[in-house]
Amino acid sequence: MSNAGIKFTFLNRICMIKHKISLTVNGQKTEAEVEPRMLLVQFLREELSLTGTHVGCDTSSCGTCNVLLNGIPVKSCTTLAVQADGASVTTIEGLAGHDALHPIQEAFRDQHGLQCGFCTPGMVITTKGLLDRNPKPTEAEIRDALEGNFCRCTGYHNIVRSIQQASGQLSSS
Amino acid sequence: MDKRKEIFPHGIPGHNLGEIEREIPNDEPPAWPINDKLKVVGKRIRRNDALAKVTGSAKYTSDIQLPGMLYAKMLRANVPHAKILSIDTSKAERHPGVRAVHVFTSDDEGSKYQDVKYAGQPLAGVAADSLDIAKEAVALIEVEYETMPFVIDTEEAMKEGAPLVYEEPIGEQTDGGDVGVTHDGSEGKGNLRGPTTSSFLGGARGDLDQGFSEADVILDRTYRTQVHTHVPLETHGVVIDWKPDQMTVYASTQSTKGVRDGLASYFDLPKNKVRVICEFMGGGFGAKHSAGTFGPMAAELSRKSGRPVWLMLDRKEEHIAEGNRPNSIHHLKIGAKKDGTLTAIQQKSHGTAGVALGAGVGRIAQGLYTCPNFSTEQYDVLTHAGPGAAWRAPGNVQGAYGLEQAIDEIADMLKTDPLVLREKIDPSEVRKVLRQRGAKSFGWKYRPPGSDTGRIKKGIGVAQSTWPRFVNLDSTVEVKMYSDGTVEVRSGVQDIGTGTKTILAQVVAEELGLKAEDITVRIGDTIFPDAPGSGGSIVTGAITPPARNAAYLVKQKLFNQVAPQLETEPSMLTVSDGMIMHKEDASKKISMRDALRRMRTGQIEASASRSDDYGGFQQPWGLAYGDLGSVQFAEVSVDTETGFVKVERITAAHSCGRPLNISQIESQVNGGVIQGVSYALYESRVMDNKTGHMMNANVDQYRMPYAKEIPDIDIVLVEEYSARSSTDAYGIGEPANIATAAAVANAVYNAIGVRLYEIPMTPASILKALNKVEQ
Repeated sequence: MSNAGIKFTFLNRICMIKHKISLTVNGQKTEAEVEPRMLLVQFLREELSLTGTHVGCDTSSCGTCNVLLNGIPVKSCTTLAVQADGASVTTIEGLAGHDALHPIQEAFRDQHGLQCGFCTPGMVITTKGLLDRNPKPTEAEIRDALEGNFCRCTGYHNIVRSIQQASGQLSSS
Repeated sequence: MDKRKEIFPHGIPGHNLGEIEREIPNDEPPAWPINDKLKVVGKRIRRNDALAKVTGSAKYTSDIQLPGMLYAKMLRANVPHAKILSIDTSKAERHPGVRAVHVFTSDDEGSKYQDVKYAGQPLAGVAADSLDIAKEAVALIEVEYETMPFVIDTEEAMKEGAPLVYEEPIGEQTDGGDVGVTHDGSEGKGNLRGPTTSSFLGGARGDLDQGFSEADVILDRTYRTQVHTHVPLETHGVVIDWKPDQMTVYASTQSTKGVRDGLASYFDLPKNKVRVICEFMGGGFGAKHSAGTFGPMAAELSRKSGRPVWLMLDRKEEHIAEGNRPNSIHHLKIGAKKDGTLTAIQQKSHGTAGVALGAGVGRIAQGLYTCPNFSTEQYDVLTHAGPGAAWRAPGNVQGAYGLEQAIDEIADMLKTDPLVLREKIDPSEVRKVLRQRGAKSFGWKYRPPGSDTGRIKKGIGVAQSTWPRFVNLDSTVEVKMYSDGTVEVRSGVQDIGTGTKTILAQVVAEELGLKAEDITVRIGDTIFPDAPGSGGSIVTGAITPPARNAAYLVKQKLFNQVAPQLETEPSMLTVSDGMIMHKEDASKKISMRDALRRMRTGQIEASASRSDDYGGFQQPWGLAYGDLGSVQFAEVSVDTETGFVKVERITAAHSCGRPLNISQIESQVNGGVIQGVSYALYESRVMDNKTGHMMNANVDQYRMPYAKEIPDIDIVLVEEYSARSSTDAYGIGEPANIATAAAVANAVYNAIGVRLYEIPMTPASILKALNKVEQ
């Protein structure tokens, strides 16, 4: 245990050296000084209070922490804040304008693409990434794209339908 | 209380729908007709919490941020069984950024600390300026253990001389959501506790020897299931702000009342000094009924620091310490006559809920089929592993996995279609309809086991379940109407994600002639009236009747004020499409909005509690029994070269009384079925018996399905009216999950002609089973 103490003191010294980062989050320029160990998800949630991005695991498996980094969905729990330096980050809060819903959000609401809703922000962000590169995905392509997002409650089918609606392949009901 | 008689719809539309007269309390509303005559109830209504959830504005417990809030982390034992000689927190206390440290101590004489009973047991906690600092400080706490022998494996723990988990008798240790599982912890030999020999259905019946002597065939089998963890995507946790006048608790819980009562009792506080809030929560499945150990820890740290404390568990802690579905070694001996009549069922089971109790296999074998001779012995086996907790139909999922395969095997022995056999032995009228409509939708055409040729073999299977119509009379709802037209529903009940908030809006809207979106629902806060935890599929049947009844009462109050204005009697008024109108004279009407604006006071309100079931179904143990059925059909394909099983499709035929929101029910059934498929094929807690640690305490190696791996799901929903309350509605959370694993197991057998007797059915276990055939 005393070894652990020494190790932590040493690590602390390194970790204390803060790095200045400058990035755009949901269209707003942001500058901050962060510890090198700070994860992007910590930065978004704790520094910017953007708590729509969730943490469901720590093994990059669940996808509840997905955000768009320069337009590409990434797992913000395994991205360091310093890696986002100079980048543009979009979180669930920044997907649509104030008082408006993005068609993907509209679709998840229409198609009951959620139950507890904890996975929903990550699902919506993953969908945005998918539809940006493939506007009319097949059902198989949709399910492929979700291979990195867990839903424990409601079992995916309504999520797939939500994405079909968002891509104009299913009418709202 | 004064009563009156009302005529209610009764039975199943398209099958035996009729009417029945019930005596009901005078302050409850007249019967609703069946759903096709209603406007809001029984329809596909969008969820009223969806907007907050799709925009990220929904604040889950883990999202709560309060001024001055600290982050906390707990230290957990890294050995499975030990006495603690010392815990030194001095280095942690000196660590920069640490604001409070707390160590759990013992009240027992002779030892300062509680003994460690499983690897992962919480010992101490630290609150600090950041989670990283709290984690560092936890690593600085020094613990001196005197380790002791331990036992992890269930069958090893049953042996004489195995290391004991408890020297002393232990009491009830299971969660509030547990129903009908092993409870008897007062006596036992070694690590065994029990047996449980009865349930609320009664105890042993008939004469087993006589029953077996009358049998033409006797099946004698053992079925095994694994330990299965809940894995809600939001872990357990709280944010606690303990101020002198009140402890405010934000909790990810399925029982605001349970957390409040637990903390009030732990700290000897009056209940009104503890306020528990759960507006949104990220799944629970049975594991989140109480304040756990993290609740008292966060409260202690808040008290010591004078600051709000955030304490959410990480994924590993969630797996090892916050509940699981116990495993089962389930022995069934069943006798049957040539015509299928069951003559005897003898059940014996063992299972481990680790350091807790609750490993019974439920009432499925006792209650599903007609059989005059029955006995059961269900034992808990204590092991040095994390405590089990209620998990979606506790015990019954393991129970159905055994029984429904046994019935399948008997059908095989009698060379009959298993669906036909069930028609013969199942007394339930509801399941008769579920079988008919389910089989038609599935396209059930029985084929003999192993008859498919080729490398990839397809098979079909069926399994059934039963679940009681539990209610809880401590369920109260208040409905308020404001002069600006606002209508608000208030209750302490929480929405675990199933859509409770939405169905409350629906039943109130239906009663008041409004739209569901006109109703504001404020729930999940103990400042509102008490309501039950979200467990046992209780909530819908418990909370929607008082919601409707309170709306009815507040409507009568409004009618009393409106009637003079319309020059009529209150009893002559009715509501429809936002209007209050005279029942016979269409010219006499006023909009609800105008009526509210002209009220004498700024608001009117009424509250109502769940009354006893109409028809006297109430049982002495506080719950009304009745049958909520399910019949599930599965088709699988098995690759006999790789051992890979794919569940191609499931038809899930269900009843839940009067359906309130079809889309939400479908969501529940989809989720239940997929959890069942995952239980049958993928998930399993893997323990290292040498160290006592869980080896796959993450969601990487603890396998769960993604969107590609799930079957097509066809839902057959049967409306069924039993006239027991003003909404006649029930939940479907548990029924959705009970039969799936058994149906899949029967389908795998049907495909390959070999039965596995154990889940999960991994490729390795399939190949092993097939090699046996070849030998």
